[in-house]
Amino acid sequence: MKKHIVQNLGFLFIFLCLLTTLFFLGTIIYFVFTRGAQAISWDFLTKAPRNAMTEGGVAPVIVGTLYLTLGSMLFAVPLGLACAIYICEYSPKSLVVNIIRISINNLAGVPSVVFGLFGLAVFVNFLGFGVSIVSGSLSLGILALPLIISSSQEALVAVPHSIREASLSLGASKWETIKRIVLPTALPGILTGVILSVGRVAGETAPILFTAAAFYKRGYPRSIFSEVMALPYHIYALMTEGAHPDKQRVIAYGCSLVLLFLVLFISGFAIFLRQRQRSLHG
Amino acid sequence: MDNKIKMQARKVDFFYGKTQALKDVNIDIHTNKVTAMIGPSGCGKSTFIRLFNRMNELLPHTSFSGEIFLDGMEINRSSVDAVDIRRRVGMVFQKPNPFPKSIFENISYGLRVNGIKDRGFIEQRVEDSLRKAVIWDEVKDRLNDSALRLSGGQQQRLCIARCLAVENEVILFDEPCASLDPISTAKIEELILELKKDYSIVIVTHNMQQAARVSDYTGFFLLGELIEFGKTQDIFTAPRDKKTEDYITGRFG
Repeated sequence: MKKHIVQNLGFLFIFLCLLTTLFFLGTIIYFVFTRGAQAISWDFLTKAPRNAMTEGGVAPVIVGTLYLTLGSMLFAVPLGLACAIYICEYSPKSLVVNIIRISINNLAGVPSVVFGLFGLAVFVNFLGFGVSIVSGSLSLGILALPLIISSSQEALVAVPHSIREASLSLGASKWETIKRIVLPTALPGILTGVILSVGRVAGETAPILFTAAAFYKRGYPRSIFSEVMALPYHIYALMTEGAHPDKQRVIAYGCSLVLLFLVLFISGFAIFLRQRQRSLHG
Repeated sequence: MDNKIKMQARKVDFFYGKTQALKDVNIDIHTNKVTAMIGPSGCGKSTFIRLFNRMNELLPHTSFSGEIFLDGMEINRSSVDAVDIRRRVGMVFQKPNPFPKSIFENISYGLRVNGIKDRGFIEQRVEDSLRKAVIWDEVKDRLNDSALRLSGGQQQRLCIARCLAVENEVILFDEPCASLDPISTAKIEELILELKKDYSIVIVTHNMQQAARVSDYTGFFLLGELIEFGKTQDIFTAPRDKKTEDYITGRFG
């Protein structure tokens, strides 16, 4: 009997933890939604800002964030995946590899503003990309790398040894086994890592602060070497500068809402891909 | 001729780290015969057959000495590619391990990695292999379903078909029925008897009745040593070694 009481108390405690978490999540969504909803309109999503960013839409800002996110993933996903494959499948289990592995994990803990400064020094100045989509994407990509590497590693390690052996026993080489068996099996896990890093990258402000973001820029970016406006930095700019804080605040909350939905939409798409992959393979 | 030799092991020693798993094992695998390896768990019999297709070299911290011959050729020579050996010496594992792919893709995989692209040829070979493994009638209407939806026994026959598709010469069965029910086991045993017309077969088993039913030759392993090897009927009716007799009469093991 006493066992039951202890167990039920335990469950109650865990359930309360869950409720608390959901409460915060709910309030964030409610807060952003109620304040941002009034700003949202078709024009807001499709027009450029007007009158010193107190009117008009945020279309170029959304496009800027999309470019930066896409660019960072183009850079970080292949590189991160290749690293993970090398570490998991090819590298000998030595001290050096362990140190590399630990270093990568530590990279995930580096403050994002440091990545911004690094991007400024290396991509903007040293490599001469200037303040541009390229520099911003690369800085964000480096921020995303450790996330992608560690989640890909976990996904690769989770592929059962037995099906690797089956593949090798049929006369497949190691690379064929990785390409045709290990990677497809690990893909849902790898995609999960990519989803998480997309969410992270789309919302980051500090890495693009010195490397890509413009306070205000007329029209859409023309090339990958243009400066861009991006949602997170735009929110920051609207809340801290300008002559009409009241009008700007509404737009800032509108931007937050758009950013929230953008991440939700990208994640949703990746989750859809993942599920499709699972149903094919499960 | 009854006694053609397909594979041979000579003076085989094998170590996991510092633990010796096999001691001076010598054995002949006869062409178109079933050779069973029996012995208690951990006696080295699975380790031993994995030397025939060089699967043990994938394990870290192991060392091997001795010679393994396939049609008279030493397979561990540096000029021999392990991939070629595995193409000729197939393996069916203890637990069914189908790929998380469709039934069709499971069978065609071995062909594709061996460079065969002709669609018609692959389809024909997939059907032939599934028929040989006596699973065609159960799966012919759902070749595009995931192989993971099959039952355990069906999965194991699928794995056998997958192995047959690459047309190897030797098939190594590593306790193929360990996780199967009696009916599935009976089907696999029937299949093994059918397959020995075309293949040389080595089977590791815990089940002595199974060894007696399917094999022509039997080797008894104990603590990494091959205690006795001979015709199955001799081993089971008149074992020369006391330890073999104790094991097969169930006095230990």
